Amino acid sequence: MAAVDVPGILTIDGVPLKAKLARADRTRKLRALGLVLPLFAFILLTFLIPLAVMTFKSVKNDETFGRLDRTKEALADWDQQTIPGEAAFAALAQDLQDAQKMRQAGEIAKRVNYEFAGAQSKFKAIARKVEKMQAGPYKEVFVATDKVWSDIRLWRIIHSASQRFTSYYWLSALDLREGADGIERAPADQAVFVDVYGRTFWIGGIVTILTLILGFPVAYLLATQPVHRASILMIFVMLPFWTSLLVRTTAWFVLLRTEGPLNDLAELIVGMRFDMIFTRFGTILAMTHIQLPFTLLPIYSVMKTIPPSHIRAARSLGAGPFHAFWRVYYPQTVPGIAAGCLLTFILSLGYYITPALVGGPRDQMVSYYISYYMNNVINFGQASALGATLLIITMVLYWLYNRLVGIDNMKLG
Amino acid sequence: MLPLLGLPPYASTMERAWRLFFFVFCGAVLLFLISPILIVIPISFNDTSFLSFPQGNWSLRWYEEFFQSERWNQAIKNSIIIAFFSTILSTTLGTIAALGLSRPYFPARALIMAVLISPMIVPVVITAAAVYFFYANPLGIGDEPLFVLNNTHLGVIMAHTLLATPFVVITVTATLTGFDQSMIRAGASLGATPTTVFRRVILPLISPGVISGALFAFVTSWDEVVLVLFIGGTDQRTLPRQMFSGIREMISPTITAAATVLVAVAVLMLLVVELLRRRSERLRGIRT
Repeated sequence: MAAVDVPGILTIDGVPLKAKLARADRTRKLRALGLVLPLFAFILLTFLIPLAVMTFKSVKNDETFGRLDRTKEALADWDQQTIPGEAAFAALAQDLQDAQKMRQAGEIAKRVNYEFAGAQSKFKAIARKVEKMQAGPYKEVFVATDKVWSDIRLWRIIHSASQRFTSYYWLSALDLREGADGIERAPADQAVFVDVYGRTFWIGGIVTILTLILGFPVAYLLATQPVHRASILMIFVMLPFWTSLLVRTTAWFVLLRTEGPLNDLAELIVGMRFDMIFTRFGTILAMTHIQLPFTLLPIYSVMKTIPPSHIRAARSLGAGPFHAFWRVYYPQTVPGIAAGCLLTFILSLGYYITPALVGGPRDQMVSYYISYYMNNVINFGQASALGATLLIITMVLYWLYNRLVGIDNMKLG
Repeated sequence: MLPLLGLPPYASTMERAWRLFFFVFCGAVLLFLISPILIVIPISFNDTSFLSFPQGNWSLRWYEEFFQSERWNQAIKNSIIIAFFSTILSTTLGTIAALGLSRPYFPARALIMAVLISPMIVPVVITAAAVYFFYANPLGIGDEPLFVLNNTHLGVIMAHTLLATPFVVITVTATLTGFDQSMIRAGASLGATPTTVFRRVILPLISPGVISGALFAFVTSWDEVVLVLFIGGTDQRTLPRQMFSGIREMISPTITAAATVLVAVAVLMLLVVELLRRRSERLRGIRT
């Protein structure tokens, strides 16, 4: 409507028609935006900004920055190769005295301990010792208390922890660390995350493929059967879809147990029981069950739009049943397959509850480790870095989904 | 000779065999979908404290435990309160936003829609971590926050609203795609105020979408456990949260009784959605 271009025509109050139309157009746009604004503001404030804050947390030294300022200054032109001088020791002693008064020494000790195993107890011991000291020389006391204080690696970590920003959590999320000569691989006992990401993708991929193999034929059945029969069969798909995730996970927990019904059946048939609960097999089985409707329904809704006459036409033109299906029917279902599989893959990457309840320790995915660092060991920086990496991966896939499928085509039930 | 199974008479034996395999395969998958849910039902009527099928010893003791113990009662109450308020909030916010999004001249629609749907896509654990940090100091000023939202009902309701609105936005915009915008102008030209137009013209037409969106929102909150684990305290224990610790800490058949009750709720929801879908189709049928 804004494209109307009639020069010279004025409205009754003397304004050019074009300007008047543009104004009306703008008002309508603003009114439409105004309707979306409350929800948008809500999501911005309680979701997008917190996500940004969380991501930011993964590069900050919240526990130590501002609490080691004297040390930071004393180490400003340290060569990082030799044990620092008395000035640095004195500065650290004073910082620790303050921290001890404010009851923050524990947090500093914990932060340094992430990068230097065992530093926590050394820090606490020295903090208690220097608390009573009035004057130096501090260096002798430090080194006499524990030889760890002459370790250059520890001082490098103290130096980097006194800065505002850190790359530690991100490097650690990628199984790397800052070494003497640049970035290096983390030692094998700490390098767990690349394996966890690999496992997350692997489980997500297997679940996606399984849901496609199981879901595609059923979608075809539902789309080609007469309406009354299809709507009865649909109950089999929709009831699990509407049932609580916890209920379905509980069901699998009960089914997979060594004394459970599945194993009773196995004993009856092959005469032995299998380990199914707390295994990768059980995790994948339960996740496939939960995700199956998510893959199946988009395929089904695409198949519903394909006229059955296409297959009949292909057959009448001489194509065999397989040929007709593969060359005429299947290509038309590809958008549905893409939509369903992508959705299932994205959702699978974030699984936490199901692996936590029916999986073993080697089947836990990224989400489990985020929760572990958040709630069990209270290492917010590491939780945030892992969260941010998973968030980026999810966003890339979501963008792909938008490009390929389009958010408007997302259907529920 | 194999039966035809709905194939034309000229179908070859090979084709018929393949068709038979197809039916058996689909039957197995449908069984796979439904049987885990059905299998917990008989187990919940067992009177021993083992998770096994009752052998003649049927009993309602786990239902008694579920409906009468303090822990489970509190969980039921919390679930209902939290799901109720998050449903109201998310349905209101989502419906209003969907009305705006469906206007034909809406700018940057795809982008804004993608943002509004994103809480559904982002893994819940990440959302939970971010919301936890936000709730620890909602105003973001000072070291000592004026108030915190962690371990409060309000906090859980807000977080559940966040997760539930995408479902409302999706279902209501889907209903509005077939909506004839000239109806709004027709109503207005006949002298109705915008509120009257909304109440008397728009709402009755989109109500099936709004109600099914509300049901999705309810189920989202009703089933949610990760956010409750992160930001809820002992006073915010919901049914799924109680089931989670039920499986983790003390395995008692009460969880199967709880599961059965929740399956019954799901059946009810499914019925309502199906009725609404039929009603919506009828309404559209009349219009065209």
